[in-house]
Amino acid sequence: MSEATNFFSKAGVSAEVAARFADLHPPLEKTAAVTEALRCLYCFDAPCMGACPTHIDVPKFIKKIASGNLEGSAKTILEANILGASCSRACPVQVLCEGACVMHRYNKQPIEIGRLQRFAMDALHASGDPLPFTPGADTGKRVALIGGGPASLACAAELRRRGVHAVIFDARPLPGGLNTYGIAEYKLPLAESLREIDMLAQLGVEFHFETMVDAAKLAELEASYDAVFLGMGLGAIHKLGVTGEELEGVTNALDFIAGYKSGALKEVPSRVAVIGAGNTAIDAANAAVRLGAKEVHMVYRRGSEQMSAFGFEYEHARQEGVRFLWHVTPVKVVGEKKVTALELARLESAEDGSLVPKEGPHILLEVDLVVLAIGQGTHAEFVSAAGNNSAGKIRLERGRIVIDRETGQTSNTKFFAGGDCTNGGREVVDAVADGKRAGIGIAVWLAAKLEGNHANA
Amino acid sequence: MPTLETTFAGIKCLNPFWLASAPPTNCGEQIMRAFDAGWGGAVWKTIGEQVTNVSSRYSSIDWNGQKMMGFNNIELISDRPPEVNLREMAEVKRRYPKHVVIASLMVESKREVWHEMVQRAEDAGVDGLELNFGCPHGMSERGMGSAVGQVPEYCEQITGWVKEKARTPLIVKLTPNIADIRMPARAARRAGADALSAINTINSITGIDLDTLEPRPNVDGKSSHGGYCGPAVKPIALSMVQQVMSDPMAALPMSGIGGIGSWQDAAEFMLLGAGTVQVCTAAMHYGYRIVEDMGDGLLAWMRRKGYETIDDFRGLSLPNMRDWKHLNLNFRVVAEIHADKCIGCQLCYTACWDGAHQCIHLDRMDGGMEQPVMGTDPRYAQHEPNPQGKPTPAMVFAQSVKTIVTTPIPKLDLDGEGSNSMLTPLERIPRVDVDECVGCNLCSLVCPVPECITMERVETGLCPETWAERVANAESVKA
Repeated sequence: MSEATNFFSKAGVSAEVAARFADLHPPLEKTAAVTEALRCLYCFDAPCMGACPTHIDVPKFIKKIASGNLEGSAKTILEANILGASCSRACPVQVLCEGACVMHRYNKQPIEIGRLQRFAMDALHASGDPLPFTPGADTGKRVALIGGGPASLACAAELRRRGVHAVIFDARPLPGGLNTYGIAEYKLPLAESLREIDMLAQLGVEFHFETMVDAAKLAELEASYDAVFLGMGLGAIHKLGVTGEELEGVTNALDFIAGYKSGALKEVPSRVAVIGAGNTAIDAANAAVRLGAKEVHMVYRRGSEQMSAFGFEYEHARQEGVRFLWHVTPVKVVGEKKVTALELARLESAEDGSLVPKEGPHILLEVDLVVLAIGQGTHAEFVSAAGNNSAGKIRLERGRIVIDRETGQTSNTKFFAGGDCTNGGREVVDAVADGKRAGIGIAVWLAAKLEGNHANA
Repeated sequence: MPTLETTFAGIKCLNPFWLASAPPTNCGEQIMRAFDAGWGGAVWKTIGEQVTNVSSRYSSIDWNGQKMMGFNNIELISDRPPEVNLREMAEVKRRYPKHVVIASLMVESKREVWHEMVQRAEDAGVDGLELNFGCPHGMSERGMGSAVGQVPEYCEQITGWVKEKARTPLIVKLTPNIADIRMPARAARRAGADALSAINTINSITGIDLDTLEPRPNVDGKSSHGGYCGPAVKPIALSMVQQVMSDPMAALPMSGIGGIGSWQDAAEFMLLGAGTVQVCTAAMHYGYRIVEDMGDGLLAWMRRKGYETIDDFRGLSLPNMRDWKHLNLNFRVVAEIHADKCIGCQLCYTACWDGAHQCIHLDRMDGGMEQPVMGTDPRYAQHEPNPQGKPTPAMVFAQSVKTIVTTPIPKLDLDGEGSNSMLTPLERIPRVDVDECVGCNLCSLVCPVPECITMERVETGLCPETWAERVANAESVKA
């Protein structure tokens, strides 16, 4: 077992950033939590549980809040979702548990499941109690996990509970992946992500930081481990492909968000443009407002009805004061050494839905900072080089790793995968669900192999 | 226009709402404020030989976020000197001549002591007397309160002593801490009581502190069983009032007590024969002001029902209570789930499986609606639980947990954000196997949505028949 980690203390949070990014959904006070918990109808085979990708038994943990059994409540959550604390803050509950709540059809507000879940998890953290699980009896088996994000963490927890060694390799200096570096600070502070990983690490998960895994390294890991879990997420944000993109003052949403969260970036210039209209673009735009920009525009080539951000995220951005430029696309980043403006062309939809340039002059939007948020590329090509030497290639589809959804197993039986590198980029909770299924899948596969060996012997 | 004015055992009342003998009627100042708030009468906190009370005195149990579902006290009778209480009674009657003041009495079981107390109370100008034969704590250890009320002979003797002296109507307050409440009621009636009041509080322990292991209410680490009251006791009180009022040897004008806090509660006691009602816990919880809606709501109901006075509906539900053996065995209802109202909580499903007769299923999506209805009376045709071999709740749950779902993305998943939250998916709307349903009501009781599950009458084609009739018929066939 590895020693207790203390990632939490390594969070370099500046007081100023913390103040600017106060909780979007503040914690529930105890009486309010109990009152809210008592409102829950305690549905059978509850729709909220069904809607949760990790199938947290929501009525069960809520009943335990009502009964004052907070330990049991946290354990109920963690049984299903080892990252229950960060999911309680980061999940788009409106389209998950709370969206499915039967109270919608009762002419009442849905139960505030997310905040109740956070209440139970905060209570566990405040108690100082350890994780309510212990590692399983040592099987002697070792699994390498590529990437330290939610999928790998969830997978590692399942493996440890089943007595399998879990060794995580991550390119960054701290664990958690996008959970730590990529979620708006007013939803999930970086420090909270680390606190949760410190708890999970109590199960004896090993971490290797600042370790890039390429095809050669993967081959080495494949040879020395009993199985490999691929949870490295997606790659870099797409480029615009226009002139001036290399100018100073052009960045991408992931670096921008990671920058302010880790304390490297403390302020922004006054005029900011975010290109794209997904949830990450919205996080970046809101962050720009909170970091002091006077004028933040989101630039999107289609209309609001086609944006890939959730409706409530769009609403939130409007409330933050973000302005929207629809049906335009950047054709040039203007500036000498530093960006000074964006040249935008108008677009319109053709009958087949494709976008075509619209007649008329271009728009010149004066900006000091351009943040690209037009989707991430995949980052899985290197895995097709590995695996060749054993049970065949790991099959990819449009850059995504193809898995058996129930077990996370790839076309090469020794490799399992989950999270964004398999689904093209979804929510934390989807990655956790993938990781959990894969962790169980790996343990079952290893045990079956062991039995097979015994039978052969 | 209906009126709340009524006459109870000869006592003229502005309205039937009295405060029961308890802390809300401890002193004249309180009672005058209560009369100002709209109470028609007050039974003064029991007077007798002055006592010393303990600290603390009350405890309660909360339920699902509601405070004081049940309440308990170990306070004794008035701890003020009797002469102070009597002086204040006279003052209240002088200032509020139309309001009813009843003196509640409890003294040691000696004829002359009772005579003296009756004399003093009536000299103070009270409208009537109530004998506290019910107090279950403390006083009973000294041979008073429920120690008298539990023994019909004592009850009869003391009532008799009081009647020798009393010029005002006499109410005997009954204890529920007895096997058959009709026995002391009959005894009081034999001895000439003019009226009864029921029920007094019920022996209870409301709870134990799980840190200190000390029961509540806590008196220096110890507790004593107290008198239970509040909303939780209403069904017990209704049952006891009905038993007394349906007994020709016991029935007298009845002042109903026990968990009353609303006009509906009052109406229910009156439908079982009560002429006035007494309230304590609800007033302790929310203050005297609650009487306003009790009157307002009762009058509105009387108007809707066409009743002019309380006597127009008093006791009307008594004939509808009878022994089980006189119920119609050939009457049948079955549950009907109104799919348009169902929100899909499936509480009826789990309740029917675990707590009833396994006849609600989640099979609308796989042919359940097409299953033939046998048309037989299931209580006699099939005694087999789950005869169709439907999945159990555990099987349903296990299947759900295995399902793989992902967060919907607006652009990719057409049926994404909130699209189904206003409509209950068909597979979540349970179905009643009407052939198996015994009509127990459980599903309709657990359903959180009004009118979503109704119990519908089914024609059995059989003549009404009670158990008593069936036994008698069987015997006549044998003979």
